[in-house]
Amino acid sequence: MTSSEILIKARGLTKKYDQFMAVDHIDFEVYKGECVGFLGPNGAGKTTTVRMIYCFLPSTEGELTVAGMNVSTQARQIKSMVGVSPQEDNLDPDFTVIKNLQVYARYFDIPKEEATKRALELLKFFQLEEKQDVSIYQLSGGMKRRLIMARALINEPRILLLDEPTTGLDPQGRHIVWDEIRSLRKQGVTIILTTHYMDEAAALCDRVLIIDNGKIIETGVPQKLIKKHVGEDVLEVSYDEAVLKTLKEELPDAHIEVFGDQIRVFINQPHGVFERIVKKFPDIDLTIRNANLEDVFLKLTGRKLRE
Amino acid sequence: MTERSNPSSSTSRLPRLTYRVWTVWRRNFEVFMKTIYVNFLPALLEPLLYLAAFGVGLGALITGNISGYGSYIQFIGPGLIAIAVMYGSFFECTYASFVRMYFQKTFDAIIATPVSVEEVIAGELLWGATRATINATIVLSVVTAFGLVSSPLFLLVPVLTFFGGLLFASLGMCFTALAPNIDFFNFPAFLFITPMFLLGGTFFPLSLLPGAVQTVAFAVLPLTHVVNLMRGLVLGRIEPFLGLSSEIMLVLSIVWIAVVTLMFFVLAIKMMKKRLIK
Repeated sequence: MTSSEILIKARGLTKKYDQFMAVDHIDFEVYKGECVGFLGPNGAGKTTTVRMIYCFLPSTEGELTVAGMNVSTQARQIKSMVGVSPQEDNLDPDFTVIKNLQVYARYFDIPKEEATKRALELLKFFQLEEKQDVSIYQLSGGMKRRLIMARALINEPRILLLDEPTTGLDPQGRHIVWDEIRSLRKQGVTIILTTHYMDEAAALCDRVLIIDNGKIIETGVPQKLIKKHVGEDVLEVSYDEAVLKTLKEELPDAHIEVFGDQIRVFINQPHGVFERIVKKFPDIDLTIRNANLEDVFLKLTGRKLRE
Repeated sequence: MTERSNPSSSTSRLPRLTYRVWTVWRRNFEVFMKTIYVNFLPALLEPLLYLAAFGVGLGALITGNISGYGSYIQFIGPGLIAIAVMYGSFFECTYASFVRMYFQKTFDAIIATPVSVEEVIAGELLWGATRATINATIVLSVVTAFGLVSSPLFLLVPVLTFFGGLLFASLGMCFTALAPNIDFFNFPAFLFITPMFLLGGTFFPLSLLPGAVQTVAFAVLPLTHVVNLMRGLVLGRIEPFLGLSSEIMLVLSIVWIAVVTLMFFVLAIKMMKKRLIK
């Protein structure tokens, strides 16, 4: 689905608060039809970047264009072609489910009949048909999330910004949202997704940007990043002096991480590299598992808690 | 549609508003219509209680012609309409706007659409003025039912209530822009609104107060001017004041309301924009 047409382009994009650099001179582009994940610890600058894209926050410095339009001078045109699903629940509690969509459609100048038609279609798509006349207070967390996404689509946006769309959802709710995101991708909608769930990013995104301290520290296709930074297999074992010593001797190229009472070993080599270690310690429980995006993320951003 | 602005200089300009202001107004209007009975009842009961207590009760003790307007109950009728204007819009654009902004995040949701932050606030202010007009019109009908209207000019009351409402809505919104939490509004409510309610020429002629107090009330209390003009429309005459004739008082009060409303309308939008967009 991805084409070579650039839809969003940032050059030296910066957002500064007093002494704090929320976003620090970042460059990136998003191609038409792509699903791009913004990953990063809390406070990394993901949401700030998203907010600058939908012209909510002005940038301090740098250039940001959406569909070739400048965010600071053509905000209205940009906002009319972007759909936003924010992190926090800002549904209108004074209205019912369907009325939320109808009132929101009016902000986009969508005529009433058309708005109702689209609202009904979206409620069906997000499996909320039965709730259409219900008050917002009676919706579960998952239903609210889906309604927020439905609302983000009321203007038939070319670009969809999803800021942590599955945070706080149960596994069922998450998978419904994932299905919907995949289906929107197939329809050619360009999507930017921020998330703390690496499995989500790996499952949905064509490409991810890893952001830390306001800077993009890595970017690429999830599977390629895994191969590049952590290889194919990861060995996990409870802390043991003898095992650690052997690992260091046998695998001098490996990246050995000791955190808490766990040893984790990453190595840029194909499957099978750990077999001989396992054989040496038949009585110790050594686990070999596939490397994943979370390993990459933790390797690049560290294990220190943020905020 | 090419709109160009230099963001760095936008603070020094008047806000650019389009018809989209009305989409925000309509949102509030539709919420109001959903709970219309709850909204109507207090607006209807309050003036009845005031007229019973101050007009019929207290008024029985007050004899004579109050400032040439007639009986005491007649004198306070326009004052009650003006109070409804003040309370209706000030509380709409403080407590109610704060709930929409802070707890419901309704403004954030709207700003993600082609509606701008300036238009959201302008819509809120126009709604505050509308709310004042609705409340004041209910009070006007009660005052009329009591036979307290003596000038055909009373037909212009909604015009005055709308602009008076816009004035108090704008003042309220400035406090909303500064409010760290919802309890903060106790300060303007007790230090600004209540003194005006009592000393704004509503329940007794301002001319009974010491000269210096009169001058201050006239110079800085918005309600004084709304009450002044309201008496003119409902009773057909504005009281000469501080040695100024009725005609001069009429012009002064209109100009005062127009200038201060415009000032605070623009200021409220700027202050709220500063609060919402960091």
